[in-house]
Amino acid sequence: MKFLPLVWKNIWRRKFRTTFTLLSIFIAFLLFGILMTIRNSFALGVEIAGLDRLVLINKISLIMPLPFAYKARLESVPGVNMVTHNTWFNGIYQDPSNFFANIAVDPEPFLKIYPEYKLPPEQVKAWFDDRQGAIVGRDLAKRFGWKVGDRVPLQGTIFRPRSGDVWAFNISGIYDAADGIDKTQFFFRYDYLEENRTILQGDVGWYIVKIADGSRAVDMSRRFDAMFENSSAETKTTTEKGFVESFAKQIGDIGSIMIAVSTVVLLMFGLVAASTMAQSVRERTSELAVLKTLGFTGPTILVLVLAESLFIAVLGGGLGLGLAWLIARQGDPTGGLLSVFVLPGRDLWLGGAVMLAMGILAGVMPAIAAMRLKITDALRRN
Amino acid sequence: MFWLRQTLAVMALNIRTIPARLNSSLVAIVGIAGVVVVFVSVLSIASGFSAAMQGSGSRGRALVMRSGADSEMTSGLSGAEVDIVNQAPGVARDGRNALTSAELYVVIDLSKKSSPGSSANVPMRGIEPFGMTLRPEASIIDGRMFRFGTNEVIAGRGAHGQFVNLNVGDTIVSGQNRWDVVGVFEADGSVAETEVWCDVRTLQGAYRRGNTYQSLLAELESVDTYDTFRDWLTANPQLNVSIRREKDYYANQSQTLTRLIQTIGFAIAGLMGIGAVFGAILTMYTAVATRAREIATLRALGFDTSSVVVSVLTESMVLGAIGGAIGGAAAYLGFNGYQTSTINFQTFSQVAFAFRVTPGLLGLGLFYALSMGFIGGLLPALRAARLPIPSALREL
Repeated sequence: MKFLPLVWKNIWRRKFRTTFTLLSIFIAFLLFGILMTIRNSFALGVEIAGLDRLVLINKISLIMPLPFAYKARLESVPGVNMVTHNTWFNGIYQDPSNFFANIAVDPEPFLKIYPEYKLPPEQVKAWFDDRQGAIVGRDLAKRFGWKVGDRVPLQGTIFRPRSGDVWAFNISGIYDAADGIDKTQFFFRYDYLEENRTILQGDVGWYIVKIADGSRAVDMSRRFDAMFENSSAETKTTTEKGFVESFAKQIGDIGSIMIAVSTVVLLMFGLVAASTMAQSVRERTSELAVLKTLGFTGPTILVLVLAESLFIAVLGGGLGLGLAWLIARQGDPTGGLLSVFVLPGRDLWLGGAVMLAMGILAGVMPAIAAMRLKITDALRRN
Repeated sequence: MFWLRQTLAVMALNIRTIPARLNSSLVAIVGIAGVVVVFVSVLSIASGFSAAMQGSGSRGRALVMRSGADSEMTSGLSGAEVDIVNQAPGVARDGRNALTSAELYVVIDLSKKSSPGSSANVPMRGIEPFGMTLRPEASIIDGRMFRFGTNEVIAGRGAHGQFVNLNVGDTIVSGQNRWDVVGVFEADGSVAETEVWCDVRTLQGAYRRGNTYQSLLAELESVDTYDTFRDWLTANPQLNVSIRREKDYYANQSQTLTRLIQTIGFAIAGLMGIGAVFGAILTMYTAVATRAREIATLRALGFDTSSVVVSVLTESMVLGAIGGAIGGAAAYLGFNGYQTSTINFQTFSQVAFAFRVTPGLLGLGLFYALSMGFIGGLLPALRAARLPIPSALREL
């Protein structure tokens, strides 16, 4: 502890170099944080999807509907807690570039099966009371400046309303949810859609089934698929997690390539910074010899040198990762293209570990060399 | 003239001694090369994707969809509507028949070769007999054309490469439908190569669409009869359709993903560029510091300050150029032509394409590298110029 001032002085002996080494590491970890955030959004926030929720889609393809009549049959299966259905609406708000997910749901079971969407009771009641009501995610409301009570028109691309050109909705509520859960969705009432559409009546998009025992997901999935085998609409059941994962895979290796390339480069940056730090220790060989002459032991010198490189790595990296976290808190910068935009906690830990490793790796070689230094050699070298 | 000779002399000295300072120069070169690799390779994804989309479609063909639909996937046309569209003026005719193809566009679940067992939305298009005639760019490269009235299909070259079960002789089982793959086609690298084609009538049955379609592709008499065709259709009270040139339709579809990749690419490369500039500053600062004495000597001998500044800047830009060249070459060798596929959010279906490292991108990367070298050299150059001669000579 008493050597802290010495470490401090050594760090700032070349202000220019230290400043820029710090800045390089800062940038490297800022990037690391942002890349991990992007990777997470390409994975569609898969880790938060429920394991006790199963998704039933049409076996031919997700775009094919399922009959509404399946609901009662699914509910009659023992071990099923709750069944609800969603229907993809694909409506457009003002301009096609304003893309967001808008889905027709059955409000009461929907909110029960998805307790992670939170909204005040009076807004829930308003939604149940208003056939044209809709609830929207906090991020989506912010994006378009919507408030509770606003009237929002959507243009139907698949469904045209019986009368008029657009579907009109009233914002009944704005839902919030924990970090990592999509808050850019628009949910409205299935009964409103069903009564006013001219095609696909009596069909729904897909079913969500909450089962009592998550560990029986595989059995239950087989059982459901067997129930509808050889019918005109066969089903394919997966856990919600599997469903999201398989959709994320469709984006393909683009995300992973971007991450892989950038990680390699990030490592290169780390090496560069490390070599600079190592160089600064090498320059001081004779000084270290003097310290040894004064009676500093080898291990003390090892610790002194390591402390220096650790300090630079952790300060620069910590600030960079911190800024990345703050940026992620501000939400998606692309205006709705990345619906989940958070820096996951485990990546923060990973970043911290990389920082420590970088500090130690950069310092350890010169530190060991310094520890083993023979005083006479070192002093003669100059 | 004298100034120029001075400057050139110092410059040559600096550049010749780069190998002697290899270690610290590497910091700048590696940093800049890394940035250029990322910059060029990420943007090559966007350029490959948009090339596939932009190269699709023809100005001489018009695509008719229901008004309000933003893609074929969400569109719908009834058989009666199709009959009316076939009467429209401006359409090329073969005898009495309009050269049009009313089509269905659906997706079928297949696995990607890269992740077996998962499901990918592969687009499947039902076409009418004229569908091949009016797409002269499509030709069979393996097997044969499917026969109309059967459950035979042909697969595009991209789909054949990316997804399982699309070889000639394979059978695709999808729900209760079975499709026999009898051929593979190519279509000038357009997005059609990711599609699987079959008879629209068979597909109507398989997907229970009755006598409905999703879009109609029409061969125009000439590029200029588009307006005649469009105006006749939009004025017809029996129809509620939107018409666009096929080429515009595809160009429009590439926007979302291209913008997303470009945003990410520029943001990452921009940030990394700042890091690389810091690396270059460190290098040049070390270069100036180790040669403080030489520089002071030169100036004491009467060399102009600006010669010193220019020489330091040149050295750092040379490092930038080396880094840029290495980075560009690495990106080209590593990624040009890399085949992959992704989902196009607008149609909810897969698009296969190849990364494209274009000369334009390489030029942009090199320009970026030179800029990083220039900015990185600026501070150290000024420092070299300001070095007080007496104390610099006394140093060491």
